[in-house]
Amino acid sequence: MTAQVRAADVAVGDELSPAEYQVTRADLIRYAGASGDFNVIHWNERVATSVGLPNVIAHGMLTMALAARVVTDWAGDPGAVRELGVRFTRPVIVPDDDQGAVIEVSAKVTELLDASRARVTITASFGGQTVLGKAVAIVQLA
Amino acid sequence: MALNPDFVGRTYPPAGTYLVGREKIREFAAAIGDRNPAYRDVAAAKGLGYRDVIAPPTFAFAVTMQAFESVVLDPELGLDYSRVVHGEQAFAYDRPITAGDELQVTMVIEAIRAVAGNDMITAKAVIATTDGEPVATATSVILARGTDAE
Repeated sequence: MTAQVRAADVAVGDELSPAEYQVTRADLIRYAGASGDFNVIHWNERVATSVGLPNVIAHGMLTMALAARVVTDWAGDPGAVRELGVRFTRPVIVPDDDQGAVIEVSAKVTELLDASRARVTITASFGGQTVLGKAVAIVQLA
Repeated sequence: MALNPDFVGRTYPPAGTYLVGREKIREFAAAIGDRNPAYRDVAAAKGLGYRDVIAPPTFAFAVTMQAFESVVLDPELGLDYSRVVHGEQAFAYDRPITAGDELQVTMVIEAIRAVAGNDMITAKAVIATTDGEPVATATSVILARGTDAE
């Protein structure tokens, strides 16, 4: 329930280790099964394009999970994440090839709060554009 | 079509119990490619002070999926599911979801707004154990793209 990072060692502006995540069609199928979200736009190009999307798009919740990983990896104990919130601002388009989409995630400490908590602001982008807005985690530090 | 504002405050009681399985957590962690031992290794989770493996933070949404769909697909609410987009998601945790938890989800419609011809619904899922211990809340903003704009 408490990060392995000590509050005394954290300052506003600290950057967490960034990460790049590759997301292929196979990953979307796997996530659909694991999460129970079988919305067709996440695996069927014919349906996705018929509702006006450029192609199959990743589950927003998968992007959110990948964004959270940068924070949980930093915290050590994932249970130290006490709040997590995002806005889904742009879809991540996943073509039917071996490369898929690459989501880049970075994060930094933007505020130190009472009770040894830190606010971490996350940036997630795909193709040079952000895909999440107001992406914030509150982490309980040691 | 504007949604009925009378639905604000409407509560959907738990439809059943969600028993959190160790293998389900491992499956979910694998699906997001996360090898954090707290999700996979009981000894590692116990080392952090937990009873069993814990779930990644966004697993809370998977627990609420069925309750969430009961709102989105509620014929009285009248959302067109093919036009529904996930706009925002927020979680607040009392503690991590842990293998062995027996959870119940209560859904509350917190707000309905019309913005630029689209309906925006804020639905909050309250996740608690069957003993009433609070575990987490998951708040979703769902956008239903309006037909008027086309």
